[in-house]
Amino acid sequence: MKKTEKRTVALAAVFALTFGIAPAANAMHIMEGYLPVQYCVIWGILCVPFLAAGFFSIRRTINEHRKTMILLAMSGAFIFVISSLKIPSATGSCSHMTGTGLGALLFGPSAVSILGIIVLVFQAVLLAHGGLTTLGANTFSMAIAGPFVSYGVFRLLKKCRVNRRVSIFLAAALGDLFTYCVTSFQLAICYPSEAGGVGASLIKFLGVFAPTQIPLAVIEGLITVAVMIGLESYASPELKELRFIGEEK
Amino acid sequence: MTKNTKTVLILILAVVLIAAVPLFALRGAEFGGSDDAGSVMVEEITGDEYEPWFTPVLETVIGGELPGEVESLFFCIQTGIGVGIIAFCMGRLVERKKWMKKEADGHDSN
Repeated sequence: MKKTEKRTVALAAVFALTFGIAPAANAMHIMEGYLPVQYCVIWGILCVPFLAAGFFSIRRTINEHRKTMILLAMSGAFIFVISSLKIPSATGSCSHMTGTGLGALLFGPSAVSILGIIVLVFQAVLLAHGGLTTLGANTFSMAIAGPFVSYGVFRLLKKCRVNRRVSIFLAAALGDLFTYCVTSFQLAICYPSEAGGVGASLIKFLGVFAPTQIPLAVIEGLITVAVMIGLESYASPELKELRFIGEEK
Repeated sequence: MTKNTKTVLILILAVVLIAAVPLFALRGAEFGGSDDAGSVMVEEITGDEYEPWFTPVLETVIGGELPGEVESLFFCIQTGIGVGIIAFCMGRLVERKKWMKKEADGHDSN
């Protein structure tokens, strides 16, 4: 288990470097071939430092908190499951969630970038969902921007002494939603409208993604809370080691 | 603990409701992917049909679009891998808790 884990991480890092530097780019479900080459490259390169940080962060976790690797594996698997479920939404189209909130809260946002890119590569290669050319942009929105928002929201709410479950819910839901905002932005800067430019395009793309995603963001928040309750009752030693729970309990 | 179980059950129920209601409320809707809706929007903005400059590797290899059934197979594999890992780990943790309790009762240590 541990060795495999290590190997997986290393493999993901190689993938990231290969595609980050010479990328074709498809973003979190920006379709293959839909971003102009230079944007693919830019988003790919933007991802590299985060992925490197994620790699080191995961390596640190493996070295210093070996015990918590079971949670790392579960966070990764959680993203796998959640992002494979297409769920019908209020607007009459389907979308899926990101599942990155859980990992971000437990291990910090940079670690999730590695977990996320594994899923994205899987989907891009096998499912033609997202794509290799937009991998950089998709990684940035789903595995970097979303988790950072989740983490930030959670930290902020914790400081404000908001109820922990409420904070987990909001963090996961907002992170999910933000992922799609970033996707809209990425598409908008490549496809500015004739009238109104990038701003008008942004509103149009948000109009497509946001209403669909809001109910799903709520679902993701609820599921993340449920999983967290499960972990709190069965994995409290690990959570304490990650300092996720402890002081207040 | 029982309170937690109750909370989890309520959460799961809410999730199922949110996911299922649109299906019944919007009868006859197509429920296509919102990713595709994105490409439709691109066409609307650029004014003509956009030709993706890169086809997915797999589509190039098999010379066409992935058949729907096979696509659902891959999605199931993805879900299966994830669920398998989670179930395995969770099972370990649940067992361990039982075990630790027994040990603590027996020896008073750990």
